[in-house]
Amino acid sequence: MMTYIIYIALSLMALGMIMSAIRFVKGPTAGDRVVALDTLTTIGVSALVLLAYVFQRFIYVDVALVYAVLGFIGVIVIARYLEGAL
Amino acid sequence: MIALILILVLLVLMIAASVYAVRQKDLLYAVIATGIISLILSILFYLLQAPDVALTEAAIGVALTTIIFVITIRNTERMEVENDKKNNTKSAAK
Amino acid sequence: MSIMEIIGGILIIIGSIFLFLGALGIYRMPDIYNRLQAGTKATTLGAMSLILGVGFLEPSWILKSLVLIIFIAFSNPISSHALARATYRRGHYPLILSDDKENMDAYQEVVPHEKEKEEKV
Repeated sequence: MMTYIIYIALSLMALGMIMSAIRFVKGPTAGDRVVALDTLTTIGVSALVLLAYVFQRFIYVDVALVYAVLGFIGVIVIARYLEGAL
Repeated sequence: MIALILILVLLVLMIAASVYAVRQKDLLYAVIATGIISLILSILFYLLQAPDVALTEAAIGVALTTIIFVITIRNTERMEVENDKKNNTKSAAK
Repeated sequence: MSIMEIIGGILIIIGSIFLFLGALGIYRMPDIYNRLQAGTKATTLGAMSLILGVGFLEPSWILKSLVLIIFIAFSNPISSHALARATYRRGHYPLILSDDKENMDAYQEVVPHEKEKEEKV
């Protein structure tokens, strides 16, 4: 039962990553592309935590922790550049 | 089986982002594509049971590369210059 | 299955559905502000629910899961706020407030218009 739940969750997240990548290619302005990158980062953090449960390793959560801490710095830097205040 | 399908989806996304980053004229979009490549590469390292490499890739690829490239774009130009290509082809023709 | 596993499985399913809906909103919405709203709030809720579900499945991981939830709850609104402010100061106003009559027809699926033109992609 738990296996099917993990399969469903992983396939939904893979579909979400594909949709965000399509928006990244299509998006007319720079802001759309950065939003797609932000969504991809959040989905990636969730996938890392779920895969840590799949592999049954406690130490693998640290990767997701580092990603959650550092992932928004790139978005903020690009936003400051777009604003003209970097 | 599900891990194989996940790895295939991630590889296709990574190759598409790499081609986009190479062919894009606007360099800021190429930098954002580099961020996506780094994210997917980190998940791939993670799936291949190498969490330390994934940790380093996350720290360097997301934060450091993006900051350095954006500061570089701020100091130079955002659009790729077209004239180099013509000059190169002319000089190669001669 | 124990009661903790049932709660964790339900939370994981809810979280993954919200992540998928956030990405669907990113794909379908007509405007950058709508995309920000769909792609940040729904995704934040989905990530928090999924991480809490993993914390329920493995009860010894609950402390690190809570730390991760706190980091996500801090960092995600900061980035979306910075992005919205940068977009607004660059001069991209919301479509419903702007004079761009042609692109406003992208709202036809959301807000019904009196005129029905051909749908633009």
